[in-house]
Amino acid sequence: MKRFFARNAPAYVFLLPWLVGFFLLALGPILASLYLSFTRYDMVSDPRWIGLGNYEYMFTRDRRFWKALDVTFTYVVLAVPARLIVALGVAMLLDRGLRTIGLYRAIFYLPSLLGASIAIAILWRQLFAEDGVVNQVLALVGIQGAAWITDPDTSLYTLVILAMWQFGSPMLIFLAGLRGIPRDLYEAAEIDGTPRWRQFTRITLPLLAPVIFFNLVLQTIEAFKTFSSAFIISNGTGAPADSLLFYTVYLFNEAFKFFRMGYASALAWVLLVIIAIFTAIAFFTSKYWVHYENERD
Amino acid sequence: MAGLTLRNVGKRYGALSIIQGLNLDIRDGEFLVLVGPSGCGKSTLLRMIAGLEDISEGTIAIGGRIVNDLPASKRELSMVFQSYALYPHMNVRKNLAFGLQNFNVPRQQVEHRVAEAARILQIEQLMDRKPRQLSGGQKQRVAIGRAIVREPQLFLFDEPLSNLDAELRVQMRAELASLYTRLGTTMIYVTHDQVEAMTMASRIVVLRGGKIEQVGTPQELYTRPQNLFVAGFIGSPKINMLQAKVLHEAGRTFVDIAGLPRFAIPALRATSEAMTLCVRPSSLQVGDGDVTTEGTIRLVEYLGSETLLHVALPSGQVLLVSDSGRNPYRMGDPVTIGFDLFDLHYFDSAGQRVEPTQNESLVQ
Ligand SMILES: Nc1ncnc2c1ncn2[C@@H]1O[C@H](COP(=O)(O)OP(=O)(O)OP(=O)(O)O)[C@@H](O)[C@H]1O
Ligand SMILES: [Mg+2]
Repeated sequence: MKRFFARNAPAYVFLLPWLVGFFLLALGPILASLYLSFTRYDMVSDPRWIGLGNYEYMFTRDRRFWKALDVTFTYVVLAVPARLIVALGVAMLLDRGLRTIGLYRAIFYLPSLLGASIAIAILWRQLFAEDGVVNQVLALVGIQGAAWITDPDTSLYTLVILAMWQFGSPMLIFLAGLRGIPRDLYEAAEIDGTPRWRQFTRITLPLLAPVIFFNLVLQTIEAFKTFSSAFIISNGTGAPADSLLFYTVYLFNEAFKFFRMGYASALAWVLLVIIAIFTAIAFFTSKYWVHYENERD
Repeated sequence: MAGLTLRNVGKRYGALSIIQGLNLDIRDGEFLVLVGPSGCGKSTLLRMIAGLEDISEGTIAIGGRIVNDLPASKRELSMVFQSYALYPHMNVRKNLAFGLQNFNVPRQQVEHRVAEAARILQIEQLMDRKPRQLSGGQKQRVAIGRAIVREPQLFLFDEPLSNLDAELRVQMRAELASLYTRLGTTMIYVTHDQVEAMTMASRIVVLRGGKIEQVGTPQELYTRPQNLFVAGFIGSPKINMLQAKVLHEAGRTFVDIAGLPRFAIPALRATSEAMTLCVRPSSLQVGDGDVTTEGTIRLVEYLGSETLLHVALPSGQVLLVSDSGRNPYRMGDPVTIGFDLFDLHYFDSAGQRVEPTQNESLVQ
């Protein structure tokens, strides 16, 4: 016991700021929100216990809840693969072409860092506005562009495109993964007459599977939690016609516009469960497609 | 099967020249070994032949066809990498079959060839294992197996045995040699282990700094090294080198070597005033010879079949003497060592071999 402390004390000292932060700032609110999800609470009067009332309302009568799920799922299904494909593509370009040039990597990462910011969401809104740059460019080639953001049929796709543009962090992880694949495997494949595409599907993808898996899980969680870009572009409402009513936007409105804190807490817990289920599915299926190099069997 | 022709082959990385003006003819069915010190360009040359590096200058022809612009996949050759380069996510069977599937070989034939390679290399019981479940020697076999299923016209090996322990290396060496006998395919083999080179090669190419120092059979390289570098590089323990002054008196040639009595040598084709005389440790004997000298034993290395004596001459130079191993020498003992003129190699001041005029036929 003594030795355990002697050996691990430094680790705990370093962990301390995080532990304090977690227990004081995160764990408290987490437990509080769990409690609140079983109450009606408007932040003015005391919370009132209503049992499963919030959950029952959510699943049986709240049409906007289902709409928010629909929007969010559509977004996750489109944006996550799109972003991962772009990220992998850029990573492969960087790995092949610019092996030695670190600067380019930084430059490529920059828009993605900005991409997550509010400024870029605002920029995006202007790019895709009715008289925005996108339509001006299309007009040059004689195409009458749509009202991308204000049209409920296209608004979500502008966000998917924005998501593709935010490929930075998965791209860096892919790049690291690609670097980890020994060059001589490709040389051996080359000598054995393997076409590029087959090298990609039979060598790159399987050997990258752990990294793809990691990125997939991370990006799925990210996508479920998408908030700021949707909030900015829809002016905080989920408009037009609730087509940008992301789950988190709905949750935010319930909490801070209508002050239905209890209900918002319930929404938050449902989102947590959804994310947990998806992550669990990913982990469960991973053993069928993820090959770990140092795995023992 | 095919021979190879290299004409004025050069390789540059930017301003850095790695290989210069290399000319070499490799005969069909030959086992050619490339040796040389680290960084001399062996791997680079092999990779140029394979098509993994482009050729900066000159031409490489395989089977009479210039392949400079032919991609690696079209050169009909197989390469075994030092790192094995096995696909870690595929089992042995898939590793062996992978290359064949690129060439639309019918499935039955793939299975047949894979089974045949597995039999030759005795890896049949490993077919369902992944590379990480194999020992180094087994991985090496699989890597060789992957090369032979292709039935290429040329095999390239880049230090294939250097990751194996000594015992396994000896064993694999023998297996490679018998594989070569069996297949008869042209092989180019890079190593810096001169035992590998001597035991397996039809011919050896000694490279230094991107240039060929000498090409020849193992015997030629050992008995008639063309320059000091090859003399020092081939043969273990290392050849003894003695700085000598050459004098001509009364129509005869004498040499002065510090610490040795002056002695006459056969007339040489050409002489310079300063020459280097070389004699292999195995040609030095304790007690007798055409020329003898006194020395002191500095170190005794008992190797079982032989004993290596480090003998210091009065001049301070230390000569290596290989002795039968039956005599009990001790450090500090005085000894007389000698050699026969016949066993001397002569090199001029530029380090090039000089042959004696008369007993040329004797020096074999
Ligand atoms: N991509 C490269 N750029 C610049 N120089 C290189 C490159 N690849 C190899 N070299 C240089 O070329 C020279 C020859 O390298 P090579 O790998 O052929 O040596 P080698 O004879 O195989 O040595 P070793 O026995 O250590 O494997 C070395 O000096 C090396 O530094
Ligand atoms: Mg090398």
